[in-house]
Amino acid sequence: MTGFVDRLRLADEQRAAFAAWPRRWWAGLPRPVRLGALVAFAAFLVALPILQPPVLTTTGTDFTGVLFTVGVYCLCALGLNIVVGLAGLLDLGYIGFFAVGAYSVAVFGSPQSKLATEYPWLVCIPIAIAISMVSGAILGGPTLRLRGDYLAIVTLGFGEIVRLTAVNSEVLGAAAGIPEVPRPPGERADGTRLFTIVDVTPFYWLVLALIFLVVLAGANLERSRVGRAWVAIREDEDVAQLMGVPTFRFKLWAFAMGAAVGGLSGALFASRQTFINPESFPVQTSLMFLAAVVIGGAGNKFGVVLGAVIVAYLPERLRSIDDGLLVVWYVSLVLGLATYLLLRRRGPRDGPRTYLRLGVVAGILAALPPLLLAMPEVFGSRGEIGQLRYLMFGLALIVMSVFRPQGLIPSRRRAIELEDRAKEVEPGATS
Amino acid sequence: MNIDFLIDNFADLSVTGLAQGAIYALVALGYTLVYGVLRLINFAHSEVFVTGTFATILTLRGIGIGPDDPVPSLLMVLLTLVLASIVAALSSGAVALLVERVAYRPLRRRNAPPLVFLISAVGASLVLMEIYALFLGRDNVRVGNLIKPRTQFTVFGADVTNRQILIVVSAVLMMVVLDSFISRTRLGRGVRAVSQNPDAAALMGVNKDRVIALTFLLGGLMAGVAAVLYDLNFGVTKFSAGFLIGLKAFTAAVLGGIGNLRGALLGGLLLGLAENWGQALLGSAWRDVIAFVFLIVVLMFRPTGILGESLGRARV
Repeated sequence: MTGFVDRLRLADEQRAAFAAWPRRWWAGLPRPVRLGALVAFAAFLVALPILQPPVLTTTGTDFTGVLFTVGVYCLCALGLNIVVGLAGLLDLGYIGFFAVGAYSVAVFGSPQSKLATEYPWLVCIPIAIAISMVSGAILGGPTLRLRGDYLAIVTLGFGEIVRLTAVNSEVLGAAAGIPEVPRPPGERADGTRLFTIVDVTPFYWLVLALIFLVVLAGANLERSRVGRAWVAIREDEDVAQLMGVPTFRFKLWAFAMGAAVGGLSGALFASRQTFINPESFPVQTSLMFLAAVVIGGAGNKFGVVLGAVIVAYLPERLRSIDDGLLVVWYVSLVLGLATYLLLRRRGPRDGPRTYLRLGVVAGILAALPPLLLAMPEVFGSRGEIGQLRYLMFGLALIVMSVFRPQGLIPSRRRAIELEDRAKEVEPGATS
Repeated sequence: MNIDFLIDNFADLSVTGLAQGAIYALVALGYTLVYGVLRLINFAHSEVFVTGTFATILTLRGIGIGPDDPVPSLLMVLLTLVLASIVAALSSGAVALLVERVAYRPLRRRNAPPLVFLISAVGASLVLMEIYALFLGRDNVRVGNLIKPRTQFTVFGADVTNRQILIVVSAVLMMVVLDSFISRTRLGRGVRAVSQNPDAAALMGVNKDRVIALTFLLGGLMAGVAAVLYDLNFGVTKFSAGFLIGLKAFTAAVLGGIGNLRGALLGGLLLGLAENWGQALLGSAWRDVIAFVFLIVVLMFRPTGILGESLGRARV
């Protein structure tokens, strides 16, 4: 019997070692090669709107516009990652800060707003960041002293309240919104404006540059005293407090930093739209940002960027896909999942039930496309995929929480933490 | 600020507020019960409630009572109400059990951090909401015409309608039943034991999984009844109606003291009153903002609520 268990364990370790090969392969490459690959990848990203690569392009909607949206999602996911991934606080009203940033730019910069003076874009952006940061601090002040789940529900409410306030305030343009949001300065060689409504490419490059900056700043923050305090709070708040970490202050910091990045993304969004109204900020978008962080891997910068790309890009791409490619997508998704399940490292409490559950999930996945095709009156054309995205990513939130809470590209430290907890299951839990 | 309006209509506003508050209180019970044993918020509870509102409408349609039909006879109304309550309570209860099974139980096995529980519950809430939107549409759905509001008597110049009496009486009745279930029965003792000390309760032979499932079920049943009353009171529902009700019910639970059953009733009624008075003062556009500001203020000054947090303390 023990022989069998040992064999199982050995097989498991071999599988785990095999599953870890991408990371080892990457780390084993010579440094110049790695650097070159990164530069090439960055150049590819910059060139995307010019290249319009055939498989990636969205045919139904403007590809550059989609790229910009994906970029904004990436920024939001990075900001939310500070709150959720590093400090371990659940913020469900991120769209609220996004809206605060957008409205700040509109109110301070638009000639149509009720404010007498009209500030240039470069002044508006710091104002927007500051206001969203302050709103984060105001919201976090009373709630962060309490349990984490109170924060979750308060922020969820906040997202909606910002929208309701905008609908009801004349200063914020009420339901009609605010037009003529200022655009960034800058001119082309021929003297025309660089940032226009027609051409989104400069906006995409701007957001790309900001993502780069936020990733850099985030990486440095993570390694700093502040970052270590955040991780300590996430792992065990009481212990962190006992060790002398002023937990409330650092939680407030994380919350305000997250809000600031959210405000910045909102400000960019407003400048690109040039017109905002309360409709632009539905509550569910907060949950999409959260889905990006959770699917990608909370705590890992690259993970959350990948998550944002999945959440913002896939539905747009699927909207305009033809049947043959859809089948390819679906088959590769199923194959990818199957590979993952085979290579998956067994958790300490995995048993037959885990596999039963996995079977149920696989069954649902397999049954979904025929089911969708069988109900044309409900799902109509493929254009309705935009409506299905909330359902899909809601399902993804549950599935990820149950089977892979560490996300697709996990933060190694957080993955270890989750595994560690699983070994300390409390008494009375029947498996 | 419209103080004159508030003073002139004080009694009327209070009666309306109490009726709405009774509904908040019933929904708040679901948050309080689950919080009491798990120390976690059930984010999907608002969708458990919405399940009930749709179940009620579908039951009424099944019987043949549409929004534009004439009001049926008294006997018929009573039978329909009982039937609708049973159907709504059972469907809400079933959905609550499903949520526990899918989004909570697997995580408990892994001793996941609270953050992961919240995320999977948020996911469950989103999924349920979208399923309702897909099958029942994204527009308002009107409720069958069941009770015509008729003034029964006047208190301090406020007209009290038969509908309001029905709502408050049934809500209080449900609360009393639940309260005695928790404090007097064997199963209720299990719930109290787990909420006092889960590990010790498990060592004493309480089946923790069953107790947790039971609290989800009880919360779901209460939400189902609340849904019937909500449908009667407002006459419309929507796939996303749970969002605000959920936020308000949670506020009510925190206000009374989360984990405290009687606190939920007190918190619900107080919130209903505050909301209606505030709405008279500031205008109905700010109605939903008031509850939220109320929540923040409560968390700032008395986070344990008026009656304190206790499902498991010696006496509930």
